[in-house]
Amino acid sequence: MADGQGILVIGELAGSELALVTREALSAARSLSGALGGEPVSLVIAGADLGDAPQQGISAGADTVYTVVSPVLEGTPPDAVVAVAERAAQVASPRYVIGSKTLLGRDVLPRVAFRLGTALAQDCATLEVDSQQRLVATRPVYGGSAIAKVACLQTPAVAALRPKSVEPLEPDASRIGEIKTLDIQLDDSVVKARVVDRTERPSEGIRLEDAKVVVSGGRGLGGPEGFEPLKDLASLIGGAVGASRAVCDAGWLPSSYQVGLTGKTVTPDLYIAVGISGASQHMAGCSSARAIVAINKDAGANIFKEARFGVVGDWQKVLPAFIDQLHELLQ
Amino acid sequence: MPLRIVVTAKQVIDPETPASAFRIDPQALQVLPPASVPPVVNGFDEQAIEAALQIKDAAPDTNVTVLSIGASFAMDVMKKPLAMGADELVLVQDDALVNSPDPSVAVHVLAAAIRKLGDVDLVLCGRQASDWDNAQVPLGLAEKLGLAVTTIAKRVAVENGIARIERVLPDGSETVEITLPALVTVSNELGQARYPTLRGIMAAGRKAPTIWSVADVGLDMSSLTPGLELVGLALPESGAACEFIEGEDDADAGRKLALKLREAKLV
Repeated sequence: MADGQGILVIGELAGSELALVTREALSAARSLSGALGGEPVSLVIAGADLGDAPQQGISAGADTVYTVVSPVLEGTPPDAVVAVAERAAQVASPRYVIGSKTLLGRDVLPRVAFRLGTALAQDCATLEVDSQQRLVATRPVYGGSAIAKVACLQTPAVAALRPKSVEPLEPDASRIGEIKTLDIQLDDSVVKARVVDRTERPSEGIRLEDAKVVVSGGRGLGGPEGFEPLKDLASLIGGAVGASRAVCDAGWLPSSYQVGLTGKTVTPDLYIAVGISGASQHMAGCSSARAIVAINKDAGANIFKEARFGVVGDWQKVLPAFIDQLHELLQ
Repeated sequence: MPLRIVVTAKQVIDPETPASAFRIDPQALQVLPPASVPPVVNGFDEQAIEAALQIKDAAPDTNVTVLSIGASFAMDVMKKPLAMGADELVLVQDDALVNSPDPSVAVHVLAAAIRKLGDVDLVLCGRQASDWDNAQVPLGLAEKLGLAVTTIAKRVAVENGIARIERVLPDGSETVEITLPALVTVSNELGQARYPTLRGIMAAGRKAPTIWSVADVGLDMSSLTPGLELVGLALPESGAACEFIEGEDDADAGRKLALKLREAKLV
């Protein structure tokens, strides 16, 4: 596949809709296509039921959509999605393959890259084309302490786009594209890692990933009881509660609350960090917030480097007065 | 047949290194190891070792071999897995094994070393290394070795040739079963790895690691195809300067912060 052309996006579904991350990846692919003189953008989507997602893919920027519908894809087992993505890359013979760094993408994209004879540009914040038409990505490394720029040396290049780093295109229903069934035989034997049980623990109230306001607590809160005022604050201003990894590792809150490199990435308008020192691996999950507000007793804490407003003080004294004052203002 | 487990482990710069001691050389495209902070075994890899030792606790004849690759090693650091209870330590040491954000070479070398080790039932890896945060050597390794794979385990058990893995999901968990041989990556939700005991440290002191070169595992570096090239390295730009809100006391600062956020239309 040395002479690839065009960009293939590995799509994901959210229910029976095209996932937002895939609309973002299509938007990135269209920009890259522009830089390559208008090479075509294709999309592959696979599932037990695709609903209207293929058409949504065209509206969001795809010229060709390859579809796979199979009961084997129920619950999107990574083993099956890897097989689909590999097949789509053989058929489309692209220059670049772009996916999203999601729960599924983290399992699928490295395997796809290695099957295609290369390695993955992981967790990319930006993607661009260099003068030799190589795909070049910037990505956080060392827990966000440094930013690396990597160039993909093989064709196809494979990259995982960090969610929420690119604005999706406005859906355009007048865009014209082609929907094709991908020629692949899937049966249950492809799935080697079998899910035998799944426990969903839906978050209470607003989802962290969608929240406009996030109130997060760290080790500085001293224990699980420290989160009670944070929950009050979150419900007062319509936000969600988050936590640092130390808090989840200590068992104060379930891991679903964890914000950071290995937890959730949040992009609220306002991120209030209480008793969080701001280790780079935590900041990797919240640095895209429009404004960070920090309350911490240590004036040298890293969190203040990225905060817009800060209070150096004892959260047990700062927070109740802060909440009371907000209460008054919001009445 | 007793179970044979290989755990991959990487020596990394301590991720707790204070930001003030974190230095890069943007010309040489290198992160400079801080002089005052010793390296550590990657934290997720320690948890993978813990997962292996938990399996060994249940089936004591299990062999746990820890495998690492690199240009050089701090031997007291890399012997920690032995002190924790691992049976063997294998180091593939070669000047050519520079620490790079391209996982291609690591995948080839680790795969060749695991093949040389022979019949392996289970490969356990940390979910990612805290230096390049690539989270792809384990998955590449599974592809290269043709192993079934699952990721981000918080519990791994083996019974009758089947691995049963509890995985962390963003909003819950799931249980996955894989017929061995398989590769599983382990996440921090597994919990704190055990501390070496005094007896373990003494025993580790008497064990010599097996040291192989790249040629010993049957590879020629010049034949390995790179996938990625590092072309830039920089420190992140720090955001806008923080405006510190002060008051007569902490409570007053809290009230003023609320007024400030209202004024800035953030609430």
